[in-house]
This record gives sequence, C-alpha cells and structure tokens, in this order.
Amino acid sequence: MKNQNASLFQKDLVNEALKQSFIKLNPKVLFRNPVMFTVEVGTFVMFAVCIWILSGNTAQGSFGYNFTIFLILLLTLLFANFAEAIAEARGKAQADSLRKTREETPAKLVVENKQGFSVSTQHVMSAQMKKGDIFICEAGDNIPTDGEIIEGLATIDESAITGESAPVIREAGGDKSSVTGGTKVLSDKIKVMVTTAPGESFLDKMIALVEGASRQKTPNEIALTILLAGFTLVFVIVCVTLKPFADYSNTPITIAAFISLFVCLIPTTIGGLLSAIGIAGMDRALRANVITKSGKAVETAGDIDVLLLDKTGTITIGNRKATHFHAANGIPENHFIKSAVLSSIADETPEGKSILELANATPSTYQIPDPRFIKFTAETRSSGVDFEDIRIRKGAFDSIRSLVTKAGNPFPPEIEGQVKTISSNGGTPLVVSENERVLGVIELQDIIKPGISERFERLRKMGVKTVMVTGDNPLTAKFIAEKAGVDDFIAEARPEDKMNYIKKEQEGGKLVAMMGDGTNDAPALAQADVGVAMNSGTQAAKEAGNMVDLDNDPTKLIEIVEIGKQLLMTRGTLTTFSIANDVAKYFAIIPALFIASIPALQGLNIMRLNSPESAILSAVIFNAVIIPFLIPLALKGVAYKPIGASALLRRNLFIYGLGGILVPFIGIKVIDIVVSIWI
Amino acid sequence: MKTEILGVVAMYAVTILMAIPFGKYIAKVYAGEKTLLDSVFNPLENLFFRISGIDRKAEMNWKQHMAALLTVNFVWFLLGMFVLMNQDWLPLNPDGNPGQTADLAFNISISFVVNCNLQHYSGESGVSYLSQLFLMFLQFVSAATGMAAAVILFIALKERTAEKLGNFYNLMVISCTRILLPASILVASILAFNGTPMTFEGKDSIVTMQGDTVAVSTGPVAAFVAIKHLGTNGGGFYGTNSAHPLENPNYLTNMVEMFSQMIIPLAMIFALGFFLKRKKMAWMIFGVMTLGFLVLCVPTITWEVQGNPAIAHMGVDMGSGAMEGKETRFGSAASGFWSIATTVISTGSVNAMHDSTMPLSGMMQLLAMMTNAFYGGCGVGILNFFIFIILAVFISGLMVGRTPEFLGKKIEGREMKIAMIVALLHPLMILAGTALAAAFPEITSANLNNPGFHGFSEMLYEYTSSAANNGSGFEGLGDNNPWWNITTGFVLILSRFIPIIGPVAIAGLLANKKYIPESAGTLRTDSATFGMMVMAVIIIITALSFFPSLTLGPIAEYFSMR
Repeated sequence: MKNQNASLFQKDLVNEALKQSFIKLNPKVLFRNPVMFTVEVGTFVMFAVCIWILSGNTAQGSFGYNFTIFLILLLTLLFANFAEAIAEARGKAQADSLRKTREETPAKLVVENKQGFSVSTQHVMSAQMKKGDIFICEAGDNIPTDGEIIEGLATIDESAITGESAPVIREAGGDKSSVTGGTKVLSDKIKVMVTTAPGESFLDKMIALVEGASRQKTPNEIALTILLAGFTLVFVIVCVTLKPFADYSNTPITIAAFISLFVCLIPTTIGGLLSAIGIAGMDRALRANVITKSGKAVETAGDIDVLLLDKTGTITIGNRKATHFHAANGIPENHFIKSAVLSSIADETPEGKSILELANATPSTYQIPDPRFIKFTAETRSSGVDFEDIRIRKGAFDSIRSLVTKAGNPFPPEIEGQVKTISSNGGTPLVVSENERVLGVIELQDIIKPGISERFERLRKMGVKTVMVTGDNPLTAKFIAEKAGVDDFIAEARPEDKMNYIKKEQEGGKLVAMMGDGTNDAPALAQADVGVAMNSGTQAAKEAGNMVDLDNDPTKLIEIVEIGKQLLMTRGTLTTFSIANDVAKYFAIIPALFIASIPALQGLNIMRLNSPESAILSAVIFNAVIIPFLIPLALKGVAYKPIGASALLRRNLFIYGLGGILVPFIGIKVIDIVVSIWI
Repeated sequence: MKTEILGVVAMYAVTILMAIPFGKYIAKVYAGEKTLLDSVFNPLENLFFRISGIDRKAEMNWKQHMAALLTVNFVWFLLGMFVLMNQDWLPLNPDGNPGQTADLAFNISISFVVNCNLQHYSGESGVSYLSQLFLMFLQFVSAATGMAAAVILFIALKERTAEKLGNFYNLMVISCTRILLPASILVASILAFNGTPMTFEGKDSIVTMQGDTVAVSTGPVAAFVAIKHLGTNGGGFYGTNSAHPLENPNYLTNMVEMFSQMIIPLAMIFALGFFLKRKKMAWMIFGVMTLGFLVLCVPTITWEVQGNPAIAHMGVDMGSGAMEGKETRFGSAASGFWSIATTVISTGSVNAMHDSTMPLSGMMQLLAMMTNAFYGGCGVGILNFFIFIILAVFISGLMVGRTPEFLGKKIEGREMKIAMIVALLHPLMILAGTALAAAFPEITSANLNNPGFHGFSEMLYEYTSSAANNGSGFEGLGDNNPWWNITTGFVLILSRFIPIIGPVAIAGLLANKKYIPESAGTLRTDSATFGMMVMAVIIIITALSFFPSLTLGPIAEYFSMR
C-alpha cells in the first residue's frame, strides 16, 4: 500500500483519463486555463473553415489539409486534458485506496455514555456515525471512523494506513489519543469519540482537492498564469497585426496558417501541463503518505527557510538508552546494579526497560518481598521501590541530591563530577539512592540516527536551517546538536518556546515548518507556515497543521520540502522549455507563410522543410505531441539537486532552455520528412 | 578604415571609463550628500520651492510620486501647445516663422515632453527661437523626469520596508541643477568653440563659391545640442539633426556628442550600484546591457564598413563603406556606431540617414528600439530593464524551486500583472500602429519614399521609434500630416508614461513588502548566471514579438538584395 511503484499509466486510470479528456473539452471548464481556451477557439475556427471549404470556398487550400489541422488542434486539446485527467485519476486512485480501508464497518455505538465500559451499545454502520458520537472497540474490531480515545488503552495495527506492521499503543489523554478509521484493535478495549463528520475527514478533503472541486490556484500558479496569459496576448497581437502586414506585402495568408502560427506560438506545452503539475505535487505528497489540506501548503514547503525538528525520533532513534553504570566509591558494583534494576522493574518507560536490558536482568531476576512501587511524579521527579525497610529512589541529579542532603547525608563529589561528564557528553544521568544514600549514577545516551547529518547537510545546501527542539538541558542539547549537524537548538523547550522561536523567525521574514503531535503543539503548528501533524497526534494538532503525516515519521518534513521545490521547478522548467520551443516554430512557419510570394525568404528556411504545407503541419504536430511526451515529467517532477541556486539555474537553463531551442528543430525536421511522404 | 574603427573604440572606452566616477557623483547627489554645486544652487532652489509652496523634504509614496509626475508633465504639454501654435506673434521670432497647425503642435509638444523628439518639422523654418528655447526647456525637464523616476526605483529597492520614497519635485530639480545643467554648459562650450552657432540673431547669409547668396539659419544651437544629447532627447535644432554641419561641425564634436548621449544612461547603472551599495548588481546590469549593445553594434559597423553589394555590382568603389546618406567628415564606422548608440539609448539624434543604411543595419536599429533596454534613455533605460529583471526573476525563481524574490522581496501575481502589461505595451504599440498604417495604404503610402519592403520598414520604424520614445526617423517618410502626427502622438504618450508608472509601481509595491533575508537557497540576482537569464528573457520576448514584422521588412529586403 505504501509507495507502490506502480507505473505512471495504469490501464484503468488511462481509460478513466481518456473519458475525462473529452468531458473537459467543455468550454466552461477550459475557460479556467486561458492558454488552452484560446486553442479551443482556434479549433472551432478551423472547424468552421472546413465547413466553408465544403460549401465551395477555394482560397483556403484543400479540405484535407485544413481538416488535418483541425484534427491536430483537437488532439492538442485532448492531450492537454489528458495530462490533467491522468494526474487527477492517479491522485484519486491513491486517495481511494486509502478510503477503501474505511468502507462500511459495523460500529458499537454507545447509547448512553457513562464512565467505564459496561454501557449499553447498539450496532450501527460507520456511515451513520455523527460527530460527537461515542463508540467502543475491542480486540479484533476494525475502528469504524476517525476519533479520539476518551477512555482506555489499546494496541492497534495501523498497517492499513501506514504500511508499518508493528502495532502501536494508543491511549486516552496525552498526545497519542487519535485513532484512524480502517485500523484494527489488537488488544484491550477503548472508548472513542467521533471527531469528524462523515465526508469531512482529511482524506475526504484531499480527495476533493485532487478532483478539482475545491482546487484553488496557488499564488504562484496565479502569477504564472498571468505570465502565460501575457505571452498568449503577445501572440494575439503578433498574429492579428500580421494580417495587414501580409496584405500590404501582397502575401495572402490562409486562416489555417494563421491559426497554426498562433497555436504554435502560445505556450501550449506548459499551458496544457500546468494543472497536471500542481495535482501531481499533491499526489506525490500523498504517495509519501502525507495528506495536504491545500495545494498552497505543498508549494510553501518548497520555500521553507527554517525547519523545527523534535530531537526524539527525528534526530535520535526513539528514546535514550542506558549505557553505563557508575557506582559511587565504596559501593559494590553489583549492589548498585541490583538496586538500579529494582527501581526500574515497574518503570514501563523505554529508559526503564533499557536499564534492565543493560543489567541483563528480567523483572524476576531479583525476588523481593512485598514491593511497593513509587510512581514517577513531576514533583518528586524520581521513582523507585520500597520493600522491607529499604527505600530505593532513582531520579534526576538535583532531585536525588535534595533528597540526600535533606536527610543530612553528603552527595559524593565523584558522582557529581560523573554527572557533569555525562551531561556534557550529551548523555542523561540518573542517580540512584538507597535510604537517602547515593549508590551511583546510571548513564543514558541518545543514539543519533545514522545518515541524519547527511540529510541536514542536504538541507543546508537547499538553504534550509535546521533547528532541534528538545527538553534536554542546554549542555546535552548542544552536544547532540553538534553531533547531528543541526544549525541551532532549543533546549529545555516548553511548547511556548517553539511558538516564540517560530514568531521570531517569521518576523525576520523567514518561512518556518514544524512537525508536532501534541495538543500543546497546536498553536505552534498553526503559527508555522507549514505545520505537519502526525496522524497519531491529537485532533487539535491535526486541525491546526496544514498537513497530516500518516506514517508519523518526523523526518518526513525533509521529503515535503523537496516535493515543494520539485513542484515549482517543474513549472519553471516546462515554462522555459515551452517558450524556447517558439524559436524553431518561427523558423518553420514564417518562411512557409511568405515563401510563395517572396521567394527570396527561402533563405530563412534553415531547416529545409519540404513545402509550406508540410512545414506548418510539422510544427503543429510537434506542438501537439510534445505534450504527451512531457506528461511523465510533469507527473514525476523535475529532479531536485541541492547544488546551490545559481548552479541549479545554469543546469536547468542548459537542459530546458537550450534543449527547448534545439529539440523542436530536430523534431519538426523529422516530422516534416514523415509528413512529406503524403504531401 | 583602421583609424575609423579605432576612433569608435576610443569613443566607447572613454565613455565607459568616465561613467563610473560620474555614476558615483550621481549617487551622491541623490543620496542627498553635499556636492560642490550646493552653494550655488541651494539658495536658488529654496527660493523657488518657497514661492511654489512645495516642501522638498515631504516624502511621497509611489502613487503620490506618479501623480506629481503626471501633473507637471501635463502642464508642460499644454504650455508647449500654446507656444508652438502662437509662435508667429510671440517674441523671439526673427525669421518670421508661422504658427503651427494643431496636429503638428500636438505631436511636437508631446514628443518633447516624453523625451522622444520625433521631429515632424525642420527647425530652420518650423519653429521660432522662443519655441526652440521652450523645447530646450522640455529637453531638460523630460530627462529629469526620467531620472527622478529611476531614483524612486532606487530608493524603493534600497528601503527594506517603507512607504516614503523621497520627494518627486526635489528629485527632479536636483537632476536638472546638479547633473544636467552643469554638464550641458560644459558640452555647449566645447561645441561653440568648434563652430556651432550660439546667438539670437536671425538668419545669417554667406556668399558661396558660385557667387550665390545663401541664407543660413543660426540660433542658440550649441546650448540646444548639448542638452539634446545629455538628456538623450535627440531633437535637433536643424532638420537634418547632427548630420548638419553647424549642429555637428567636425569629428571632435561628433565624439563629444556621442559621449554626451551615452554618459548619463551608463552612469545611471553605476549610480544604482553605488546608491544601493550593490556594485555587483550594477556590473550585472552593465554586463547584460553592454553585451546587447555589442551584439547590435558590431555587425552594424561591419555591414556599413563593407559597403552595399548592389552598388558594388555597378562598379562603384566601396572602399570607405556604404557612404550613401552619410557625412564624409564622420565616415561609415562612426556613423554605423552612432546609428546603434542613438537607437539603443533612445536619443534618436542622427549623424547619418538610417534610411540609407544596409537592410540588416536597419534591422539592428529597429531591434535596438524594440528591446529598448540596453542602456536606454535617461533614467527610463533602467526602468525598462527592471521589467525584464522582474520577468527573469520570476522564471528563474521557479526554475530553482523557490518562490521568486528580488532583493529580498517576493514577486507575486500583482507584480507579474504590471510587468506583463508593460512588456506587452511595447509590441502592441509598434505592431498595432504599423498594422493600422499598413491597413490604410490609401492614406499612408503616399507618404512613403519607397515601395515594398523598404516602405514597410519606414512605417515600422516610425512606430518603433515612437514606442521606444526614441525620436529618430527612417526619414524618407513624409510624416508631417494629421495621420502620422496624431497616431504617433498617442503612441508616444502611452509608451512613455506606462513604462514609467509600471516599474515604479512594482518597486513601490515591493518596498511595502516584508524583507526576506538571503539564504543559501536564494537565487543571487547579481551573478553572471542571472545576467544570462535576463539576456535570454530580453531576446526571447523581443524576437518572438517582432520576428514576423522584421521578416517582411529588412529581412525580406536583405534576402532580395543578395
């Protein structure tokens, strides 16, 4: 399901797109695209000319020739429509396959809600659920629709959405309370409140976006449309004024030649592919399992200057791991380890588990009578276990120190030194005490993801500044920031720190992207220019952001930035290519227009095209077929290379600018050779 | 011939070398720094500002600037109409020249207000000295208008985020008093010492070698010719412009006049660099403009020096180049160079008849005006170029995957709309004007000297010259009649003010936008790569708009002549 490497043109998609190509010929639809609309007008005119010839006109050339031009123009329109339609079809197919996961599922609707799971339920279909309804899911149930857990905890298989087979835990409260329709509960029981009305989920919105119903042009697309409309107008002027010029020079020009010249000159290539490029951008995002709420968000992503990344999960692998036991002087190491293990038996956090792992112990290794486990609280900032008359505590350096010194015991200086060393190396120290005496310190270390510093380097070359956000102290944060190669960091970050950082950067004119999942991330997600919420995150976070990442993968931001850049680049390069094409088309058509009455202009026919008719036909045919040739490029996007803006411009100018000038010379000549066989 | 080429190279090199320090001075003037002339002009200016009730320190936004610009230009236009139509009874008319018809006065007045000087009259018989003096005044203020508009752009690009862009009247007045006036006095003196008349006496008379007595028109010629070139106006005192022996007596005056028409447009580029403290940007602009200039100029000189093959077939020696329509005291190289300089720079003065240049040279002159952005006129050259920069920034911004920005400001739909309107206007004016003329041959072709392709080129040239606010003529077109006076008059107005308002509006809009600091992903707009992009945009837009019309004119003529 995830990132299937399907070919660009699947058969059923092509069939659907072909049908759409004809439906989109409706002038009302085409009017949105000024370039193609003028082509349609030209096509109508050619159709009229054909009828005129049939009814006896002889000045406009043979019927066959005129009809061929008409057909080619029609084909040009169909190709352009097809490009848009296939992009839509692909996007829709991708979205549909996601939607299939949430088809009619029976749900256990809670009739009258009260605390606990012993409430009466009633079976309804998922489509009948309304926003605010509450349902219960047990092991083995499919979750009928998107919602937020209000009670309970469950392991859930989200592979239908994310492609990730490892089950995840979702529970009420906290930042991992969202469940997605179509996923499956593997164990336990949850009570879920429906958060979206049917037809209004993000996926539904995205499908509407791709289908064009709610697709609005992005600011950039508007500016480009103005440029293209301008070029179209220039050629309206050129072609209209050519009529009196030609009359003055006693060189009659046929309507077919006029229309062909006009259609060849206006930027039909980019005009035909423009909307396909935009849709393909959203589609690429969707293929990366990111749901965008607007096309603009994808485009903005390409402009991002600052990227806020959470340390955990993005820069470091998951959570910290225990790597060393440092016993205090005079404490036997195995006693310290035993105490450390005992204090962690009830600790379900990954850190706690890693301590057991390091000690090579299981919860049953040390048997203790009648243990009373002390849970971690934000106030004591320590946890532990009491048994018999022994009190073992494990916690942050300052909390244990105050515990120890309050009891009148000294804090061993060598442990204090060790704590500092661990911190400055990017580690986290956890001090263990027994009956208010320090036993030693456990060193926890972050593991930086392999390859992450290369990705940051790549971002730096794009001009994107990376900022690491972490709850660690500044010393630890600095160490990890340097090791991972991020440009800046926010240490001991509280949610409002993110917000302030974003605002500060935005005041300086920068565009900021961030990823978040918690409710307390929501304001920052809304403030950021591109806010990507994790699908596992709270509903508030998802509402606040403008994209949702189904994979919950924090490194996704990097891909999103590249998708945005690709989108702009594809537009830019194809515009350049389209306009550069005109040079060759001029050299094909202009001599053809005048050669009959001004033979000296044979000198301009540098391609040595066979005859005026074949020259015009070749140019129009080239103009039409270049569109389908470029559809794959429009859909896949131009490859982005982080080599610096100027180098990138040179590269693209060389390929699409110079290429755009040369390719049609070759293409038109080849087509002319073929066409001359019949003419 | 070698000396002739050397003369051209020397003329060009000296101009460029002088343009750099002069540009620094101009930047200083506009930055409001102290200059040597302050003690002379400050009290005088302050007096005038006090009388007219203008606070020269009151800063304007771009809209107020444009309102001031249009108002003051409209007043000049009305005054011009009045003086020209009533010159017969107004003072300073020693030769007793008659008052002008309304359509001619309309055309002249417009064309001097817009810095074009499309002269549908001969100075000797068409205007009185008072009219000449008023036209001279217009040559000063129209140049100053263009320079002031360019400086609004400078200020707008310099400000990070601001509404206030200086005071228009102040900018215009200091353009006159600190730059145009002192330079004009210098140039006029050189001309006067070389034989150009400077008098208010009427016609002089000489006895020729044949013994006939010939009346020779004189007047305040030296002063007129100085500002004609420094202000890139191009309106000559005499009908034949700088080909006239009294308007341009010798090779030295030819060099001085050439120098004076190129110096301010060139210096404005460097002034931009000094003013914005972005010297690299100035060099990028200079590089692109110079490349464009050379691409037009070098082949033209070559063709002119080679001579006309059709005449060579008749057995006539072409050793000194195609000399038809040229003055022997300048030669074919210097005339070829002038023909491109004057069309590139929108001066439109001539020292040889463009009608007689080789077909492809004629095309180069046309192309120079069709692009209208390589150096360009006083101030307006940079404004025109700015439009191409905006278009290039937009396309290349997309090509590197970033929303386009120029000097830290985002280019969006509104700016693109304005840029496209300005870019569209030029081909529209040229092509629609020529098309109208071509559509009514019964009215227009009687005015043409030549039938066929060359006649078509004459019409195309007239509208191109008007739209580029250039003012040179292919001559050979009998242009003083209502058709040409009125149609070109309207082309002149639109082609002057829209390309001024457009760029200033864009700059004003940009100045209001949030400043985005540059990052590694920002496309540098002062690099050679970007320069290449701008060049490509200019070539593509010009070539695509004008290829068909050029084909029917000079290109067809060229191929027929081989």
